Amino acid sequence: MAIRVFLISLLFLSTTITTFSLYEDQVGLMDWHQQYIGKVKDAVFHTQKTGRKRVVVSTEENVIASLDLRHGEIFWRHVLGSNDAIDRIDIALGKYVITLSSEGSILRAWNLPDGQMVWESFLKGPNHSKSLLLVPTSLKVDKDNVIIVFGKGGLHAVSSIHGEILWQKDFAAESFEVQHVIQPLGSDIIYVVGFVGSSQFNVYQMNAKNGELLKHESAALSGGFSGEVSLVSSNTLVMLDSTGSTLITVNFHNGEINFQKTDISDLIKESLGMATILPSKLAGMFALKTTTFMIFIRVTDEGKLEVVDKINHVTAVSDALSFSEGQQAFALVEHYNNDIYLTVKLGQEWNSDLLKESIKLDDQRGLVHKVFINNYIRTDRSHGFRALIVMEDHSLLLLQQGEIVWCREDGLASVIDATTSELPVEKEGVSVAKVEENLFEWLKGHILKIKGTLMLASPEEVVNIQAMRLKSSEKSKMTRDHNGFRKLLIVLTKSGKVFALHTGDGRIVWSLLLNSLRKSETCENPTGLNLYQWRVPHHHAMDENPSVLVVGRCRSNSDAPGVLSFVDTYTGKELGSSSLVHSVVQVILLPFTDSNEQRLHLLIDAKQRAHLYPKNPEAVGIFQREFSNIYWYSVEADDGIIKGHVLKDNCIGEVSDEYCFETKEIWSIVFPLESEKIITTVTRKLNEVVHTQAKVIADQDVMYKYISKNLLFVVTVAPKATGGIGSATPEESWLVAYLIDSVTGRILHRMTHHGSHGPVHAVFSENWVVYHYFNLRAHRYEMSVIEIFDQSRADNKDVWKLVLGKHNLTSPISSYSRLEVITKSQSYFFTHSVKAIAVTSTAKGITSKQLLIGTVGDQVLALDKRFLDPRRSINPTQAEKEEGMIPLTDSLPIIPQSYVTHSLKVEGLRGIVTVPAKLESTALVFVYGVDLFFTRLAPSRTYDSLTEDFSYALLLMTIVALVVAIFVTWILSEKKELRDKWR
Amino acid sequence: MKTRFLSFMFSVFLLTSSFHAFQSDELLVDDGEFGLEGAPPQPHQRSSDPAYIRSSPTPTTTTRRKFSDSDSDSKIQFSLEHAFGDSDFVPAGTFSARLKTWSHGGQQTLTKLRFSRNAFTQAEKENFEKLLIGDEFYRIRLPSNVLSPPGRDYVVSSVKARCLPREGLDEHFVIHMEGVNILAVNYGAPGACPYPRQMKLPAKWSFNSHTVLKNSEQAPRTPVFAEEQLGENGEGEAVKPPERSFWAKYWMYLIPLGLIVMNAITQAMNMPEEQATGQAGAQQGAAVQRGPSPAVRRR
Repeated sequence: MAIRVFLISLLFLSTTITTFSLYEDQVGLMDWHQQYIGKVKDAVFHTQKTGRKRVVVSTEENVIASLDLRHGEIFWRHVLGSNDAIDRIDIALGKYVITLSSEGSILRAWNLPDGQMVWESFLKGPNHSKSLLLVPTSLKVDKDNVIIVFGKGGLHAVSSIHGEILWQKDFAAESFEVQHVIQPLGSDIIYVVGFVGSSQFNVYQMNAKNGELLKHESAALSGGFSGEVSLVSSNTLVMLDSTGSTLITVNFHNGEINFQKTDISDLIKESLGMATILPSKLAGMFALKTTTFMIFIRVTDEGKLEVVDKINHVTAVSDALSFSEGQQAFALVEHYNNDIYLTVKLGQEWNSDLLKESIKLDDQRGLVHKVFINNYIRTDRSHGFRALIVMEDHSLLLLQQGEIVWCREDGLASVIDATTSELPVEKEGVSVAKVEENLFEWLKGHILKIKGTLMLASPEEVVNIQAMRLKSSEKSKMTRDHNGFRKLLIVLTKSGKVFALHTGDGRIVWSLLLNSLRKSETCENPTGLNLYQWRVPHHHAMDENPSVLVVGRCRSNSDAPGVLSFVDTYTGKELGSSSLVHSVVQVILLPFTDSNEQRLHLLIDAKQRAHLYPKNPEAVGIFQREFSNIYWYSVEADDGIIKGHVLKDNCIGEVSDEYCFETKEIWSIVFPLESEKIITTVTRKLNEVVHTQAKVIADQDVMYKYISKNLLFVVTVAPKATGGIGSATPEESWLVAYLIDSVTGRILHRMTHHGSHGPVHAVFSENWVVYHYFNLRAHRYEMSVIEIFDQSRADNKDVWKLVLGKHNLTSPISSYSRLEVITKSQSYFFTHSVKAIAVTSTAKGITSKQLLIGTVGDQVLALDKRFLDPRRSINPTQAEKEEGMIPLTDSLPIIPQSYVTHSLKVEGLRGIVTVPAKLESTALVFVYGVDLFFTRLAPSRTYDSLTEDFSYALLLMTIVALVVAIFVTWILSEKKELRDKWR
Repeated sequence: MKTRFLSFMFSVFLLTSSFHAFQSDELLVDDGEFGLEGAPPQPHQRSSDPAYIRSSPTPTTTTRRKFSDSDSDSKIQFSLEHAFGDSDFVPAGTFSARLKTWSHGGQQTLTKLRFSRNAFTQAEKENFEKLLIGDEFYRIRLPSNVLSPPGRDYVVSSVKARCLPREGLDEHFVIHMEGVNILAVNYGAPGACPYPRQMKLPAKWSFNSHTVLKNSEQAPRTPVFAEEQLGENGEGEAVKPPERSFWAKYWMYLIPLGLIVMNAITQAMNMPEEQATGQAGAQQGAAVQRGPSPAVRRR
């Protein structure tokens, strides 16, 4: 009997242990985190000293990072703000990394081994200019190494030990544009060369010790210059004139400035087209790049130019690197088919290659964009070279001895858009044998788990359990699972590469560099815009693979021609692509699919014409049926106008085909520009599922949520309050929130927050919208909630009406009916500023919702929606308490355990994507920024499944024990009965 | 405390002041006095539509309220224009209102709005019927600034023509104002307009107009609790935990306990009966026991 009681209670205990938040040992079970740095702009090697070899890089995501040269791992990393772009980096004193950022106004020194900031200097100057950083090795002022910085229109000398500005010289007065700051090796003189306007060439000779201006010469340059100015040696510059056909060599020496002009056509016989000078610093040479080939031209001591070589497939050239005894080498990279050839040449002798290697790359990396070289001493005392190359897809590779030592997929640091795709269904008859084989292992594992739950496990066993959990191969399988946790995350990056990541462990399943989003003659600056689910097979196209649609455009302005590309999400192959004749301003997903399960999309161009995709007659047929019921809106934020549109008829004109439609405007809202400016517009997610329309409130009353897919939430602010916080006084700043029906243009709700300030982040779900802004009067951030309820259905409370069918619940809702809505709203203080807000979404919408707030600390906070209930009151009644209403507080609580990202940071957080899993209780959350983070969330805990570490063996054992106990007691009682009867 | 009271007063003041919108109770009087008022002030597009010539002298159905101070010097007018389907906009009526300048801040708002609608001309009736047949849009527009029409742009609104006809033509305007600017006009039927829309001709070709003027609402202030109040509240919450009955709290322990006790009792009852059977025979004991066992009978 005692055993039974014990087992029963044990069973109870094991089921009642549910997780409120994450325990320490659950980290990494269902979440993963990946760190990236972005496309490398500049790299400095640090390999001289013994110890760890590293490379310090600055990137386009404003990251400064120190990478392990052996494995490519990050030693340390700092993400500077989005408005603090890094211009130059260098290493000073062999122990400090110097960064110059924010257009040459902030100079920082970071400790090389651990990345601590040592000092920071703000350079002030009157105007913007090119920023240059020069760290001379030998220049000393009072035993202090000096860093020479040109920034903000002035030359600064900064102490490298403590960052103090030693001297400063402004060049602002003469509207001088600096090109180079030169320090000849071993001298105390600095030359500052540049132009005034485009024709006057100036050389300033300065004393590096005290900033004294020694000499100033200028000479007029007829014809002007254009493009880059290449520094060939310490006193020779080469540039192109403004027509681009003549090379100008400038020699300045001891106060004399000599110009020498050479026609390119004299050097090379054939015509070049547009030529540009490469900015790479090569010793005694420069490189001239045309669209098809690259020409290397040497400048002789007399200032003569002579063509050294002409190479066809060169894509990148490194700077010259000086290694032993003043010898200088540089690398150039050529492309042949899928191979790249890395050649390291000695500066002085062209024909001797120090190194020539060919490396096979996978074809999804595109061209080499940048190359940086570093030398080392081989075991046989000869010089070896390693090269760091930056590819078109923003990945970073280290090449050494003809091999790829490591590779970083840093394109993933710049995710533009993300969507998901289902994995293939598991094929029958695969795993039975496997399971039998591992039965013993399985049992052993479960016994370990029991020990763990009963807290009997020894420390080693705990480690074993942890390892077992982490490597459970179940979660990284390439097939669909019952709970819908395993999916493919399809992400589009800035480089035009599409990646598929597995949600189980975050590995890259496939990647594809879209050809249509690569630079070409017709499309010179293509950018990806969005990803859409093009085909989600579920009904009659089960055998088809799902695919996504990538929409891009050729230039950044909205009237540039668009680009479409279709990608199969199972294979990662491009199914097709098209460059469009029209532009893409807006993409509207229509809720219809054709017989191939292709989703109908409507693309709106800059001339407000609608184009239907896919272009097949069937799609037009489906479309024509719903022709008059398609409405959309457009927001012209600069003009402060929101317009509603409908379709009219087929296009007439140059692009007319049956898939193009003219549109007409049916409503407009004109915000007065002097008092309101649109800063945020938010709509509901199209695929959101709402479980119930009715909300039962405390006193057994029912309110009906106003659920419309066509609601648009718009926030306008006072024009003065569009700047940063502090740009407007509370009296002259306000914020107006609007709820607009986007079919009829009706304003359902309009509310002014006086003394409030942007930026505004908002999220819209079901019948509520939550938005975050700054309250200038209270000096705090605030979050407001608006809930909107339908009054026209409010009289459906009578049970008899429902029974007799006299209710209007099933009648269709029309936007043209007069609206009877009521809104409830409430504001709460919130501690953090916010980078993004999202809301969890689940499969059926039953589970309660959590707001996911990307905080300024790059973490994600999960906040229960119940805290943002407009009906919260100070003293809730008993009934309201039973409903789960939280008493009113003035600020929203931040519970440390409710950070979804626990101890991790998603540096540079930009967006949060939530996707429902098949299991109702669970939502998948993908957070992207410079880093990527993925986890599963269960806002109301996993009420519909056992936790992953549930001990099935314990349950089994209990059942077996119970059955045995039943049999034993039965036999015993039988025996006893028999005994009694014989008595 | 004082500031809170003041702010409360302030918000009350603002709230009350912002609801100057009124719902005009329509008077179906042919009002000759206002018939001329219906003449639109803007001359443009006049020539474009020949129907216009007929429309201005016809007596109009006017929705208005009698105000004693209607001829105030700050009276302004702006015109409503309409279009049938894709046609050009032509004047269809006139709004007149009083422009009130607030003493503080110099902010101007409209009050006492009234509307006079031009009746449909024959051509317009035909156009409207066409719209009804085709389930097309009947569009209206207002200037976005009432002082210097049309302001930056017109604010446009439209409705499916089939939503309007009832006995007459029922229309409902909600004009959203910001000072002297019109942000938006929401135009539609005053009642429901379920989809699919039925084709129905109006019995009377006259408009029943309702107009509402709306200004922005003031957002509720974030509640600010004094420190002690919050403390009290927090403590109060902590002191009284949700009261649950003994049974509700411990049922999960009680049921197994009950089972055990039951089991024990039956066991215990068996014991004396075992002794009893020895003396008084089996029949009685068997009846009390878990069930009459056939084995016992057989014996």
